[in-house]
Amino acid sequence: MDYAFEAHGLVKRFGKTTALAGLDLSVRQGRVLGVLGPNGAGKTTAVRILATLLRPDEGRALVGGLDVVKDAARVRRLIGLTGQYASVDEDLTGMQNLVLIGQLLDLRKDEARARATELLAEFGLAEAGGRQAKTYSGGMRRRLDLAASLVGRPDVIFLDEPTTGLDPSKRDDVWNIVRGLVSDGVTVLLTTQYLEEADALADEITVIDHGRSIAHGTPAQLKQIVGGQTVLARPADPGRLAETEAILTGVSGRPAESPSRGVVTVPVDGDAQFTEVVARLAQAGISVTELSLRLPSLDEVFFTLTGERATDDSAAA
Amino acid sequence: MTTTVIPPVQNPEATVARPQPRPFGLVRHSLALARRSLIKTIRTPEQLLDVTLQPIIFVMLFVFLLGGAIAGDTHQYLQFLLPAIMVQTVVFASVATGVSLNTDLKKGVFDRFRSLPIGRSAPLIGSVLGDLIRYVVATVSLAVCGLVLGFQLVTGVLPALAAVAMTIGFAFCLSWAFVLLGMVMREPGAVQGTAFMVMFPLTFGTGMMAPTDTLPGWLQTWVHINPVAHAMEAARGLMIGGPVAGHLVWVVVWGVGLLAVFAPLAVRAYRRRT
Repeated sequence: MDYAFEAHGLVKRFGKTTALAGLDLSVRQGRVLGVLGPNGAGKTTAVRILATLLRPDEGRALVGGLDVVKDAARVRRLIGLTGQYASVDEDLTGMQNLVLIGQLLDLRKDEARARATELLAEFGLAEAGGRQAKTYSGGMRRRLDLAASLVGRPDVIFLDEPTTGLDPSKRDDVWNIVRGLVSDGVTVLLTTQYLEEADALADEITVIDHGRSIAHGTPAQLKQIVGGQTVLARPADPGRLAETEAILTGVSGRPAESPSRGVVTVPVDGDAQFTEVVARLAQAGISVTELSLRLPSLDEVFFTLTGERATDDSAAA
Repeated sequence: MTTTVIPPVQNPEATVARPQPRPFGLVRHSLALARRSLIKTIRTPEQLLDVTLQPIIFVMLFVFLLGGAIAGDTHQYLQFLLPAIMVQTVVFASVATGVSLNTDLKKGVFDRFRSLPIGRSAPLIGSVLGDLIRYVVATVSLAVCGLVLGFQLVTGVLPALAAVAMTIGFAFCLSWAFVLLGMVMREPGAVQGTAFMVMFPLTFGTGMMAPTDTLPGWLQTWVHINPVAHAMEAARGLMIGGPVAGHLVWVVVWGVGLLAVFAPLAVRAYRRRT
């Protein structure tokens, strides 16, 4: 069994809207696949099909080698799902939520309780376990939700925008959990609108737009799509921005840009040109507070591929 | 609130192994989910207002507004009304399952249930079973109200319990119709509105409030067909004396029929709903 899951040519229509227009996705066991795309690209629809919640109109999807339509019941024993919105029952306590899932997964009551206790402790919810989930903070709720998808020790976990709406520090918590899962050998499908998140967690990224995969590769490979590297300089004296820009343009032979106030960037062909920039800035006596050579961000990749700015907006589709 | 840093490793010497399928899944899963709805009801007791305070208000209004005019005195009327209003209250309470399922479906927790290896009907059966508590609460609150007002059980405790069992059984069967509504309609408000439209002729188009012999023919026909009317007459028979068997047959036949039609339709609609 090579792939933890694979989807071929998935098509799903809702009335006149085509949510998926022949989507292919696959990932090997023990890896994290980031599925990146704007709102309405079809990310959630794809997850719902792989998690057996929706039937595709066309195409085929396998999880652990089992067909998600024909073998749905067996697929459900292999997967864990964490939806876009925290899918725990708010009236139940954290403990009751996890015990319920355990019982639905055919654990005996005492086993379900033991597993729930174990997970609550792992996710820093041991003390909160006896409180109703509606009293939890957003971060705690998300952790409980993740814990709920792990009760059955799934091989494959689907995380549909797991950090949407969380503030950055809580996001880090979730990221650490995902990294922990991977070290356990679990395969993860992560959908996100946050390029940073895909960059931080995913081994491979599939960029989808309008229900189709438009690029696939490691984060580094995708960054190469935009090509080359970028030099970024921030002169200490903002008055010397124009001079800095002239130096960068001179070295690179391509026009420099100022993407934000006080900063100039230019694409370069390699680190030799970076050294050149350093030398010329020193010659001109321009001191800088920031000077770096970097691969383009996934943001830029995304823009190149889709022609749309990825929104960092937490309003989800 | 303190945020603990999460140790990202799962315990390798885990105490609980990966769960294995066990027999009688549908029964166990449905009961586990019934327990869930029971916990929810207990946690939000204001959901029980319609089966506690509301029936008491009905009893008071009807007894004191209509009692003198219809039966000549309020005590006589209470004897006549209480068994029937018990049926009305419990039957009314069956709407809530559809409404709460409709609300639940919009929440992520149902997606989780669907992604689990459980029978597709388990979440529905669980909700319907869990809501049996509402019928029990309704019956108890009416019994207390009746006793305070001076209701006298003529037949005995066992026949009265039989009346309760028949009523709850019928409401259980009927509730599947509202579960179906809950599956196919978009909004909880729409489920409630539609259900009540059905509910009024079912519960008021009966001999609950007054004898039916002065009704126009078409209405008499309706009362004769209406299973709730028969349930009310059977409950009267079982609590204050009178014919039971004929009415009971109607109730059982209708109940089984409703269950046989609406339960599979509801499960099918749930399966199709995305």
